[in-house]
Amino acid sequence: MSVTTNELLATDVVAYLEAHERKSLLRFITCGSVDDGKSTLIGRLLYESKLVFEDHLAALEADSKKVGTQGGDLDFALLVDGLAAEREQGITIDVAYRFFATERRKFIVADTPGHEQYTRNMVTGASTAQLAVVIVDARKGVLTQTRRHSYLVSLLGIRHVVLAVNKLDLVDYSRDVFDQIEAAYRAFAAEIAIDDVVVIPISALRGDNVVEPSARTPWYTGPTFMEHLETVEIDDEVAEQPFRMPVQWVNRPDLDFRGFSGQIVGGVVRAGDRIRVVPGGHESTVARIVTFDGDLAEAVAGQSVTITLADEIDVSRGDVLVAATDPAAVADQFEAHVIWMSEEEMLPGRRCLVKLGTTVVGGTIDHPKYQINVNTFERIAAKTLALNEIGVCNVYLDRPVPFDPYRVNRDMGGFIVIDRLTNATVGAGLLHFALRRAGNVHWQAIEVDRSAHAGLKGQRPAVVWFTGISGAGKSTVANIVERKLHAAGRHTYLIDGDNLRHGLNRDLGFTTADRVENVRRTAEVAALMVDAGLIVLVSLISPYRAERQLARERIGDDDFIEVFVDTPLEVAEARDRKGLYAKARRGELPNFTGIDSPYEPPEAPDVHIRTDEVDPEHAADLVVEQLMSDRQR
Amino acid sequence: MTTTSRLTHLQRLEAESIHIMREAVAESERPVMLYSVGKDSGVMLHLARKAFFPSKPPFPLLHVDTTWKFKAMYEFRDRMAAEAGMDLLVYQNPECVRLGINPFDHGSQVHTDMWKTEGLKQALDFYGFDAAFGGARRDEEKSRAKERIFSVRSPQHRWDPKQQRPELWRVYNVRRNKGETLRVFPLSNWTELDVWQYIHHEQIPIVPLYLAAPRPVVERDGTLIMVDDDRMPLAPGEEPQLRSVRFRTLGCYPLTGAIESTAATLTDVIREMLLTTTSERQGRVIDHDASASMEKKKQEGYF
Repeated sequence: MSVTTNELLATDVVAYLEAHERKSLLRFITCGSVDDGKSTLIGRLLYESKLVFEDHLAALEADSKKVGTQGGDLDFALLVDGLAAEREQGITIDVAYRFFATERRKFIVADTPGHEQYTRNMVTGASTAQLAVVIVDARKGVLTQTRRHSYLVSLLGIRHVVLAVNKLDLVDYSRDVFDQIEAAYRAFAAEIAIDDVVVIPISALRGDNVVEPSARTPWYTGPTFMEHLETVEIDDEVAEQPFRMPVQWVNRPDLDFRGFSGQIVGGVVRAGDRIRVVPGGHESTVARIVTFDGDLAEAVAGQSVTITLADEIDVSRGDVLVAATDPAAVADQFEAHVIWMSEEEMLPGRRCLVKLGTTVVGGTIDHPKYQINVNTFERIAAKTLALNEIGVCNVYLDRPVPFDPYRVNRDMGGFIVIDRLTNATVGAGLLHFALRRAGNVHWQAIEVDRSAHAGLKGQRPAVVWFTGISGAGKSTVANIVERKLHAAGRHTYLIDGDNLRHGLNRDLGFTTADRVENVRRTAEVAALMVDAGLIVLVSLISPYRAERQLARERIGDDDFIEVFVDTPLEVAEARDRKGLYAKARRGELPNFTGIDSPYEPPEAPDVHIRTDEVDPEHAADLVVEQLMSDRQR
Repeated sequence: MTTTSRLTHLQRLEAESIHIMREAVAESERPVMLYSVGKDSGVMLHLARKAFFPSKPPFPLLHVDTTWKFKAMYEFRDRMAAEAGMDLLVYQNPECVRLGINPFDHGSQVHTDMWKTEGLKQALDFYGFDAAFGGARRDEEKSRAKERIFSVRSPQHRWDPKQQRPELWRVYNVRRNKGETLRVFPLSNWTELDVWQYIHHEQIPIVPLYLAAPRPVVERDGTLIMVDDDRMPLAPGEEPQLRSVRFRTLGCYPLTGAIESTAATLTDVIREMLLTTTSERQGRVIDHDASASMEKKKQEGYF
């Protein structure tokens, strides 16, 4: 805080407050490794903006002596280290948010680590940032990691970059060194479409050009680091975009008021504007823009408001109010960048949840078309994505959602991927465009439909899904069930997992990803047969709950019977009719369910058969009973 | 100048907090707002009234009481809840009531653990809340700087700093597994200065204890403690003195240090705060226990 502030404070605190209430907000991210002096730079910014209090400073002095790396000097990096475990390791392992303010601006800094586990954290930090500070060590120049950080910054849609060439004191404040680094970086930035780059020579440790211009760099005439942050024009492009407001909450205090609450993520809205509700497509006119502080004539991107419409049309959470003259596109299939954030690798084709704006929708992510090497930007062939990997994938959603391309509007094109079982956030994605494929391949209306097929056969079709480990007796029981149904005049078909692997699924192995795909295809085949009016028996290990759930959803809950053929592993292994367990134990069959690949037993199967307690004939009766009794087949 | 640069930092913070509250409410069965009567709670309550206007905030206020708050806080609490037209639930850990847990006989750590940490967990379980708003800010303390805005707690209310969900854009993952609850921090990105500026700008009422007045205090271990009632045991010869003091944070009166001040108006307080050189939480006796104490408390279920 400068002298003027203190004077103003002393004389007229109200004037001071009014001046400070007009401050703008800048959110930025800092990228660099531990060694680049990133924490030192942030620590210094906090220190210089007088946001470090005496008690913190006392703690800092004590810590500097105890664990500091700067001899007796203050180790500013210690100001920004967070959790206890990290302090001991000396690295930050997550995104930490720091705050400081000057006369002109309030700043929110997303501080992310620079070591190898960077991508997930950096992407998170960059998602809300308007500007990125990329830090390089003057002795080392533009490194692979500099390129990596800059690529991620560009991918996440940040258009303003400050390259802080740090540790200039260690190269004797050499102009040549600085010029070379600047030239190298500018050439590179142009390649990855970052157009606003400002390069500043600093020493975070000594304070050169951080807040005050340094006498040791007379050749540098540009702004100091802080000066630039305070004055950089962040042209808010979203305000120039067409109006967009995802509806968060329907506001109904009484029968007379029905408003739609949300935060505007694009453009401007005025009372009287014509809007469309997407994905539905109804149009109306904005009647009022309601806030606690009174109605507004207009509201802009960034504001949280409640909008009422002139017409009574159906609007609910997840819908987006958009400018009728320039509405958002609606689609259910996209190409997207996907950034994987989970320790468990992505399983292409597995059902997941996608949250885009305020919409949560089920869907699947396909095999990556390619993965991106974030160091070389090369496209690499990949079957899946592991933690911190980025790929381009098709995304298929259960229903159409409104969107804008990510580069046009982050809030309308950025989504998270949620695991359906753990509810963890396992990935993030950037939508680019809708796939034309589904749009052009229309469903053929078929006159002889499922009920017509079934009617002729005089039965209600169904899928009986036998799941269990190898050797549990699935096929044995399924065979008997089919025999009994056949004898009773039912039209049936038995799909055996092993048999499918000789044909339709012969390209698939036994990795988790392949197993997921194996079950998906089998479920699709079963669904076609159900359409044809058949009672389909599926005998398949199908080890994962998520895929069995997918099969259930694909067929429909009413016509899906899950039969858990339950045998203790020891019993199945003792039987070992095909000699597979012995091979697996010898290590000749990797990814064998029950040995080195997990089996997730059903939590609530429709029929539970303990084959070590019930003989196969009796077990089959239980299944037939279940199929016939409550379903009038 | 583009249209949005007309939005000030306070307007942006306000809009963000409102967005957070609406997300939490839209995707929760039984949300609740933790109301601690302090200035941050006051700002949070004010934002809640804005977020759902013209509806009343669709959740109750919950005060996890210790029976040791300042008298002025109780009066203020009841008045604010009535003004907002919201239900106020007051929860006191019955075991603490039975054992008469207090900071003098049992020490600050036991007192805080049992009344606040245990009390909060009990209250959330008792009412079956699945989401609770808290007024914590990331600038208060280093471990908070890394906590998410939507923080998932295990069925035992524990926080696992290693299992946090990444938060991108303003897309919050609000989903919970069975038994899990959410702590939601709408003020995460506010600083102490933002809070005071907002209180000033919006004229939000605050407990008078934040303003300087002559109050009876005793000095213990360099901390000024206000003698708010006759439950406070005095050492032989210890005599409360009337000194002009105010409080930077509010909690249990025996555990809350006062600072000497003559700042009797809101603007004086802000001036003093801006010129001050010690951080806000320093007045809280509980934070002094251990360097990583807050992180440990949070893992155990403290807000």
